[in-house]
Amino acid sequence: MRAREMTIRVVLLGCALASVLTTVGIIYVLVTEALVAIPPEKAFFQEVSPQEFFTDTQWTPQYEDKHFGILPLLAGTFLVAGIAAVIGLPIGLAGSIYLSEYASRRTRNLVLPILEILAGIPTVVFGYFALVFVTPYVLRPIFEGLFGFEVNVFNAASAGIVVAIMIIPIVTSLSEDALRSVPHALREAAYALGATKYQVSAKVVVPAALSGILASFLLALSRAVGETMAVAIAAGQSPTLTLNPFQSVETMTAFIVNVSFTDKPQGSLEWKALFAVATTLFVLTLSMNIVSQLIMRRFREVYQ
Amino acid sequence: MSAAATEPMKDLLHVKRRPARLRWTEKIFELIGAGATWFGLAVLIVLLLGVLWQGAGWLTRSFLTNYDSRHPEEAGVLAGLWGSFWLVSLATLVAVPVGVGAAIFLEEYQTKGWLRTMIEVNIANLAGVPSIVYGILGMAVFVKMFGAFAHDPKILELSLYFTTIEIPLPFGRTVLSGALTLALLILPIVIVASREALRAIPSSIRHASYALGASHWQTIRHVVLSAAVPGILTGVILAVARAIGETAPLLMIGAAVFLARTPGGIESPLDIVRHPHGLLEAPFDHFTALPIQIFNWVSRPEPEYRHVAAAAIIVLLVLLQVFNLAASIARSRTRRRARW
Repeated sequence: MRAREMTIRVVLLGCALASVLTTVGIIYVLVTEALVAIPPEKAFFQEVSPQEFFTDTQWTPQYEDKHFGILPLLAGTFLVAGIAAVIGLPIGLAGSIYLSEYASRRTRNLVLPILEILAGIPTVVFGYFALVFVTPYVLRPIFEGLFGFEVNVFNAASAGIVVAIMIIPIVTSLSEDALRSVPHALREAAYALGATKYQVSAKVVVPAALSGILASFLLALSRAVGETMAVAIAAGQSPTLTLNPFQSVETMTAFIVNVSFTDKPQGSLEWKALFAVATTLFVLTLSMNIVSQLIMRRFREVYQ
Repeated sequence: MSAAATEPMKDLLHVKRRPARLRWTEKIFELIGAGATWFGLAVLIVLLLGVLWQGAGWLTRSFLTNYDSRHPEEAGVLAGLWGSFWLVSLATLVAVPVGVGAAIFLEEYQTKGWLRTMIEVNIANLAGVPSIVYGILGMAVFVKMFGAFAHDPKILELSLYFTTIEIPLPFGRTVLSGALTLALLILPIVIVASREALRAIPSSIRHASYALGASHWQTIRHVVLSAAVPGILTGVILAVARAIGETAPLLMIGAAVFLARTPGGIESPLDIVRHPHGLLEAPFDHFTALPIQIFNWVSRPEPEYRHVAAAAIIVLLVLLQVFNLAASIARSRTRRRARW
């Protein structure tokens, strides 16, 4: 009986360690292909200097004249994520304030499941939506028709808009949690001083929940940076260093997907470039998530 | 007399009325909030109507039974549907026991200490890793196996009484590689949901079980787990829904974008009875998946394929809603059954 209990415990420990092993696996794969390889193999950064990687302004791994400057990919990523943030964060926050401070219980019970459905829609569907609806029916009539910009079929703006739609449910539900966990006494104290509902919401509740809101923003941004399919479909595949939202760009994730189509031989420099980009992406999203968690933990301690 | 009495009253009334600027701010603030809240619904409606408008005419019976084709009118999702079925079934088969096991360990065995903290932090971070990174892991570990068999690929023959299973090493671009990658991807979701389900079981019923002389494992197996099954099920269904829509990691694994073949050659449930050997071949077969086909069709230059993609999206969204519905039914069952 004792032996059996022990065996079960060990098996369960193994299950729990599977997730740790996943992390170790990810880090091992990224490090050995990008940073330091086991000799005689050579990792990406043992062949291309980090200085070139982070300062060269051209990304042409598939051409004869190879350049490995990640700046165009970073710019593309941040352009798309930036557009998504500018649109998605305010809408998500306003929605969360409304749901937590204004909306009736019935509205909440109606809206939250809708947001859940929106959050559950596969990203490839959003890519389709960006390409087939957002660019021809929203961007083209407004920016090409009215303002005279040239809007490419593939552009950062359409990708940014659909990524904004994707992060709205995240911001709304997480910020709403933070707003609702602000003690009622604070609101009542403000009302007692004659504050209006707007003043209570915007000047008391939101500042009190600020750390939780910031955490949700960071999480949403990390999602936007790591978003792949919608961006690969809608933003295009041309790594250009530009801030023009109506041009085709390539993000880090889109590059990774596009490389996977062409079966690069293992060990070639292009194959390793994939891991260098993936490492950059991983470090970026991981640090955003960690900061978000740290903020979240601090905020939980304040009101409990 | 009367004038003197109303003067202070008027003053009071004046104080009660807020300045016009503030009243407008109130109104506008609430309107913005309401607008932002309903924006999600508006987008959802536009998206669904748009997809229906583009795809409805193309969603025919033959669309579900045809393979992909160079002629948009003849293209279908048969290979994608079966591919997704195999991927998600195998991924669930792997992720659920491991995930529930991990949850039990964290909730019932290791309830404090550095080991638990480490595993918890790890799971929280894994949940935020972009899915494409899982794809890279899957490609390096399962598809290429670190290049260990790069020069001499082997075939491992596993003989059962009635037949032999041929397992390629490395796994290559097979259903198995894709399923294992998806399993890793949904593992954090399964663990988090299962932990919540276990935590909802009050300790009083555990104590009751111990009082009757049950061992730790007996208590978990027969009392805690059976009570937590509906909650775990809800999480598992949501994880499955997530796995069905995943595209990027499967592209990394090397899912075929154009494939006129189902895993193991099983094209209908009847085929399982007709040649059951296909069941053993399927995990080691090449594959495509429903979202991969959608991606392929969206990327085609011919405008007709946009409609084909829309039709496939309808199929995918209907599948997802079936799972969401199942999850909400499971969830309401949990609430009704809980009587402690």
